[in-house]
Amino acid sequence: MKKIVSIKNLWVYFNNIPVLEDINLSIRQNDFLALIGPNGGGKTTLLKVILGLIRPDRGEVKVFGKNPEEGRKLIGYLPQYTHFDPNFPISVLEVVLMGRYRGLIRSYSREDVETALNALDTVGMLEFKDWQIGKLSGGQVQRVLVARAIAREPKLLLLDEPTASIDPEMQKSFYELLLNLKKRMAIVLVTHDIGVISTYVEKIACLNRRLFYHGPREAGLKKLEEVYKCPIELIAHGVPHRVLERHEKK
Amino acid sequence: MIDIFQYEFIRNALIAAILVSVTCGIIGTYVVIKRIVFIGGGISHAAFGGIGLGYLLGINPIIATIPFSILAALGIGTIGKKIEFGEDTAIGIVWAVGMALGVIFIALSPGYAPDLFSYLFGSILAVTSFDLIIMLILNVIIILTVILFHKEFLAISFDEEFSEVVGVPTKTMYLLLLCLVALSVVVLIRAVGVILVIALLTIPAAISRRFTHNIKNLMLLSIFIAIVLTITGLYLSYIFDLPSGATIVLILGIGFLLSSLFEYSIST
Repeated sequence: MKKIVSIKNLWVYFNNIPVLEDINLSIRQNDFLALIGPNGGGKTTLLKVILGLIRPDRGEVKVFGKNPEEGRKLIGYLPQYTHFDPNFPISVLEVVLMGRYRGLIRSYSREDVETALNALDTVGMLEFKDWQIGKLSGGQVQRVLVARAIAREPKLLLLDEPTASIDPEMQKSFYELLLNLKKRMAIVLVTHDIGVISTYVEKIACLNRRLFYHGPREAGLKKLEEVYKCPIELIAHGVPHRVLERHEKK
Repeated sequence: MIDIFQYEFIRNALIAAILVSVTCGIIGTYVVIKRIVFIGGGISHAAFGGIGLGYLLGINPIIATIPFSILAALGIGTIGKKIEFGEDTAIGIVWAVGMALGVIFIALSPGYAPDLFSYLFGSILAVTSFDLIIMLILNVIIILTVILFHKEFLAISFDEEFSEVVGVPTKTMYLLLLCLVALSVVVLIRAVGVILVIALLTIPAAISRRFTHNIKNLMLLSIFIAIVLTITGLYLSYIFDLPSGATIVLILGIGFLLSSLFEYSIST
């Protein structure tokens, strides 16, 4: 399958301390990849390199065959925390329209509004289009921000800990949404939620400064011990989730 | 109240109050929602350097303040984005250095600086027709810029990182917004002086945002509230013979208090 992101021998330093060491990673069309690893392991940094927000100190990054600043036009992005003032004067539709931004002076066309409304429909938030963003719950905000990301009609969706701020009840429907989106775009997801990894994603990449593993999840889960240093607790956390899944199917 | 309109200085003061309100309604909205109140404070205090320069060069202090406050804005914007300093440090540096320059310039100026106090604390009753023309031109520049770039200003105020990813020139837009704050400081100086400018940049927008969550309505309501409160302040200062700038600021403060009580009473 076609490579959409290719990273070769990537090094990133913050104040002379390496944050990413010699990363080699390809993302292909239709990948559904979870990027896991301890806090401070460089997961967010790696996403920001792909987005062209952080310049690598060494190595090559190609996004859709171009440099990240060019290639990111085809990326939808959900940042880790969007800290905004709950009173910020902006409606849900206005937030999603930001995803349609095409350049200075150009105002949003009717087509942009249509696409934004479709994106809201996809995430199940259409009825909230005129609400002020601060009036929504954490899970609803995440859905709106996903709509903002997919309003760009991207070929790759980067999600940085999308479920950290939402309750477990909402998480399940959030992942169902991702499974739906997966048909249209590659998805890379930074997460700590092992339950999710064992249920939904197809590939994992373990990152702790270096890339420890990249491939199918079953073999990767064994590698977790090497990265996290405390595997039992994390994998145990995933088990009840899987049991619950089977239960429901009966 | 009608008879006081016969004086030219009263008419000028009223026109100035309206121009000032338009500025602070529009730019104050961005200052409050982007939480750059103290950048506004830094720029306005640094603008005192421009006033001093005006005295030293013998030109209209308001004219001299325009390039000076823009430099202060660019200084804060550029230094503040460097991670090793941070915005608050940048504000501290520019704020104090600008004022110190003003003091030195005035000390070097020949003779005595006559209405220095009015630039520090405002004197809207002393606004000349020339001042009004400058304020009008600056207002036109501010309004046109906001019409052109409102999408970008809203985007960087809400989520700077995402804006960068979708291609908003965030750094340029941020500096442009700070330059607009600088120009609005110049408009406001005549009304309330460099030290009290911050009240006009924050209070009308802070009151309005209790009542609307639409940025355009927020600006319009802020303009309306600013007009009502500044003209009330102006009127009271005239009646009781009090300093106009300080009276206007106190009326703004009372307006904020009343809006808080109003919000509290409808929420319980």
